[in-house]
Amino acid sequence: MTNRAPHADADNLLVAGDPTAPVEAVKARNQWLDVWDQFRTHKGAVASLVFLIAIILFTLAGPLVWRLDPAALDIRNKDLRPIINALWGAEKVAWAHPFGTDNLGRDLMAQIMQGGRISLAVGAAAMILAILIGTFVGVIAGYFNRLDGLLMRLTDLFLALPLLPLLLVMMLLFRDPLRSAFGPEQGIFILIVAGIGITSWMHTARIVRGDVLALKEREYVLAARSIGTPSRRIITRHLLPNVLSPIMVSATLGLATAIITESALSFLGLGFPPDFPTWGKILADSVPRMTAFPERVVLPGLAISLTVLAVNYIGDGLRDALDPRIRGL
Amino acid sequence: MLDQTNTALVRVRDLQMHFPIYSGLLRRQTGAVKAVDSVSFDVMQGETLGLVGESGCGKSTCGRAILRLYDITGGEVTIDGTDIGQMSQSDLRTKRPTMQMVFQDPQASLNPRMTVEAIIREPLDEHTKLSAAEKEAKVGELMDAVGLNRRFAKRYPHAFSGGQRQRIGIARALALNPKFIVCDEPIAALDVSIQAQVVNLLEDLQEKYGLTYLFISHDLSMVRHIATRIAVMYLGKIVELAPRAELYSDPLHPYTKALLSAVPEPDPAIAQTRERIVLQGDVPSPANPPKGCNFCTRCPAVMPVCKDIEPTYQEVTPGRFVACHLFETTGTAEKTAGYI
Repeated sequence: MTNRAPHADADNLLVAGDPTAPVEAVKARNQWLDVWDQFRTHKGAVASLVFLIAIILFTLAGPLVWRLDPAALDIRNKDLRPIINALWGAEKVAWAHPFGTDNLGRDLMAQIMQGGRISLAVGAAAMILAILIGTFVGVIAGYFNRLDGLLMRLTDLFLALPLLPLLLVMMLLFRDPLRSAFGPEQGIFILIVAGIGITSWMHTARIVRGDVLALKEREYVLAARSIGTPSRRIITRHLLPNVLSPIMVSATLGLATAIITESALSFLGLGFPPDFPTWGKILADSVPRMTAFPERVVLPGLAISLTVLAVNYIGDGLRDALDPRIRGL
Repeated sequence: MLDQTNTALVRVRDLQMHFPIYSGLLRRQTGAVKAVDSVSFDVMQGETLGLVGESGCGKSTCGRAILRLYDITGGEVTIDGTDIGQMSQSDLRTKRPTMQMVFQDPQASLNPRMTVEAIIREPLDEHTKLSAAEKEAKVGELMDAVGLNRRFAKRYPHAFSGGQRQRIGIARALALNPKFIVCDEPIAALDVSIQAQVVNLLEDLQEKYGLTYLFISHDLSMVRHIATRIAVMYLGKIVELAPRAELYSDPLHPYTKALLSAVPEPDPAIAQTRERIVLQGDVPSPANPPKGCNFCTRCPAVMPVCKDIEPTYQEVTPGRFVACHLFETTGTAEKTAGYI
């Protein structure tokens, strides 16, 4: 092998960079800083992040400032309108209740603060549970051919179940034992999160399985196998980072579904106890008198939809920021 | 001949890789795609064995089956004295550092979510117990060895050109100091000028680290440049195996002749006088190969015997193997002698 291929002299010119150049002692930039830089270029995502932090602060720190008890009845001041109505008419308004009160005189702002805590906690916890189950089932089904049929039929089975009746049965069966074990609120919280989580992972599982089926035939997975990387690390190192985008999308959508399912349960009277407000329940309770008092539907509805929208945008920005091709490095 | 056999790093005997075909209501196995069918050859220590053939003849499958990226249907593969043909994948893991692979498409063979450093470090993470600093130093050395700037270590594959990506792939293959590297069309996806760079790099590395290559390609000129011996495959079988000079000057098998006549000739004067053998028809399906010789449907020198009896793969002159009835000696002598 003494004769060199043509262009042999070119090979020194076209070397990537100059390997003989001294390696500069430039400390490599933390990769998370690059992610943050890319995230910042997505205006919607940054605005949404600010909004989400604000709404979380509103629900967490709000009650410390606004010390009204959301459950306190005040029949004398019932059916107050929001303070904004003072602008166009002499209606029943009071600075003591800026968002108004409901038909029992409970302060709407305090209720939305208290309800936001529960709704956000239920939404986030149920979404995380659903994503974990869905991703796990999807990756296992996609990667191991042998389990594919079994797991996907299980997924179909769950999809075919009528969810609401199933949740109702779960509530009836497990409400009392959980209540006695964890206390009334904790018990219901666990029950609702588990109920929503294990009935909403199927779409994630299907999407992830489809992606894993395609990804595991890619050459870099073959390359990892030729190196001798065991399956579990092929999954964590090569497959999971590459199915991140669809997981992120279903996570943001899952949060919305979880909040809404919780409100549906509360509406049916099987969620949290009646004196325990959540966004969904405030909304559901106000539906009968919606024409007279639209703000009681609009305010919690707005809170739910803006939160979901914000999470969606953040998910979008995060997905772009985590993709090195878009990040342009 | 026997002495040389002892220095064979890789011995492949009767390698078979059949992919089952399932059909019908009950998904019963109704046949198999015989991608690699009874292939035998040796790769000597320090040599480059070229494996050529047209698309779909089983070259890549053969390369992957030798590294046991597939569970092979049958046969023996001995690498560095260990038979890995039937070894389980978990036992195989400890043997992986000896044998590595360079892939065809440098874009697809690098994980887009990993930095160059992480890609080259992966084999070290899997097989060594080095500290983080030692690994970083080793990655730097490897990047130097393949001519990549160390400062690019934190970048992602999409930021590199095709040739640079292939260097990353080569650095990853070199990380564990392998003895045997399967190069699966490493230059097919690259520009001609970059092809020369990569081939020269592979040659330099071979010299420096004493590597043994199985070089799979359909580029006959490039194989002529890099390979010491060349095996020609057709429809899952090796039809001819010979040292480079002899194969190019005096091809024996009709398929090899046709293949070589398709190589463009730079000199117009010679090109005009040269006869070009154009094969008729298509390659038969590997799921349903013809009876007798696999090449009998397209062979310009076909004889009645070719359509009945499969030719034996045998040594016709020392070091030259052909599977063709034209060269079949009457007896069955030497049938199972060493494959050099």
